[in-house]
Amino acid sequence: MSAAPLIRLKGLRKTLGGKEILKGIDLDVAKGEVLCVIGPSGSGKSTLIRCINFLEVPDQGTIEFDGVLVRPDGSLDRHRSRVGMVFQRFNLFSHLSVVENLTLAPTKVLGLSPGQALQRARALLDRVGLADRENAYPAELSGGQQQRVAIARALAMQPQVMLFDEVTSALDPELVGEVLEVMKGLAREGMTMLVVTHQMKFAREVGHRVIFLEGGVIAEEGKPGDVLERPKGARLKEFLGHFS
Amino acid sequence: MDLKPYLESLPSAIANTALLTVCSLAVGIVLGLVIGLARVSSIKPLRMAAAVYVEVVRAIPLFVQILYLYYGIGYLIRKIYIPSPFVSATAAFGLCYAAYIAEIFRAGFQSLDRGQSEAARALGLTRPQAMRWVLLPQAFRNILPALGNEGVALLKDTSLASVVTITELTQVGGQLTNRIYKPFEVWTVIALCYLALTLPLSWAVRKLEARLRVRGTSHTA
Repeated sequence: MSAAPLIRLKGLRKTLGGKEILKGIDLDVAKGEVLCVIGPSGSGKSTLIRCINFLEVPDQGTIEFDGVLVRPDGSLDRHRSRVGMVFQRFNLFSHLSVVENLTLAPTKVLGLSPGQALQRARALLDRVGLADRENAYPAELSGGQQQRVAIARALAMQPQVMLFDEVTSALDPELVGEVLEVMKGLAREGMTMLVVTHQMKFAREVGHRVIFLEGGVIAEEGKPGDVLERPKGARLKEFLGHFS
Repeated sequence: MDLKPYLESLPSAIANTALLTVCSLAVGIVLGLVIGLARVSSIKPLRMAAAVYVEVVRAIPLFVQILYLYYGIGYLIRKIYIPSPFVSATAAFGLCYAAYIAEIFRAGFQSLDRGQSEAARALGLTRPQAMRWVLLPQAFRNILPALGNEGVALLKDTSLASVVTITELTQVGGQLTNRIYKPFEVWTVIALCYLALTLPLSWAVRKLEARLRVRGTSHTA
């Protein structure tokens, strides 16, 4: 991990529907780091990572990406193209086949030729184990398969960081493993990842660092071994108690 | 039954009705899409202008709109341009149906899962790109049955164009009645002609719907 952070959040605040969700978040994410975000529902985990690609525009605070301040203006689309995102509900384009889901943004946003985009898409589908389903439509796939396609779709933009927003929460338990395997592979290759998750085992095994979000602030942070095995605060102890 | 008067006048009457329907529907869909997009725009004045257009047009009978355009506006601009009855009627139908079709498009956009546009924007697609490549194709599939209904309704409404002397089916029905004095026979034939036009149209829309249906999804939209 290099010294200069890839992402730097300073004093991030966000109010949604009259409720202050984020109450001043400062956070650095290093290049190649796998940062897991845990916390009870409503603690602001999703809002936090949605602020990074401005799906939620922060009310206060700044976001620097690769040393450059991100602004919600014309340059935003370019910023978003460098930040991959995977959603809880997959959000695959339902009218497009699997391979078309992967080639749309690279051709329209990055200007790749259809041939180049197709080549890239096929390599990624192979990697997530779905090379044989390129002509299927999202509704024909299982949840686990859809989520693997969604990861491949984000990777097709060759992003510098990947955001995972509770990507296994909508899956049947037996399908969770196949998605986590793909994410582990990405982590091994050195992808910078922000992972909002309830999968404590994943956080312990794959995460480099864990932050515990509680009431819109970072209540605890540190190495997974420390945060998950030796929690300091009562709230984190109680929260982790639900998973044992 | 003497077929000669019918054979002389019906083919061109059917053609005119069909042509009027197709041209008016094309205007209505293009304009309806534009107004529908304005209805869901992030720019407030645009949203309000579109809403006002829709409310005003829907509050005035189509029959009056046809007269207003042909006789009213036609009189006003007579020194610059004298529109043919066909152009005037097409404009009236198109402008009116655009209001209804705009509402269908609006509902189509609003019924889409928010996640679809978020996913598109998260990949770096601009708003227009997300609209063109993700939202519009999905909305269009969803509203196709409703658009088909508008097409059938429009075909029947073209009978109102007889008031501005277009020789479409209804106008020709009146002419035939005056010529051969067999009102029951004539109007039965005219009614059957409308039926012969609307049924294939409904059928064609259903075929198109089936073709655009996304595999793996149910056919209800």
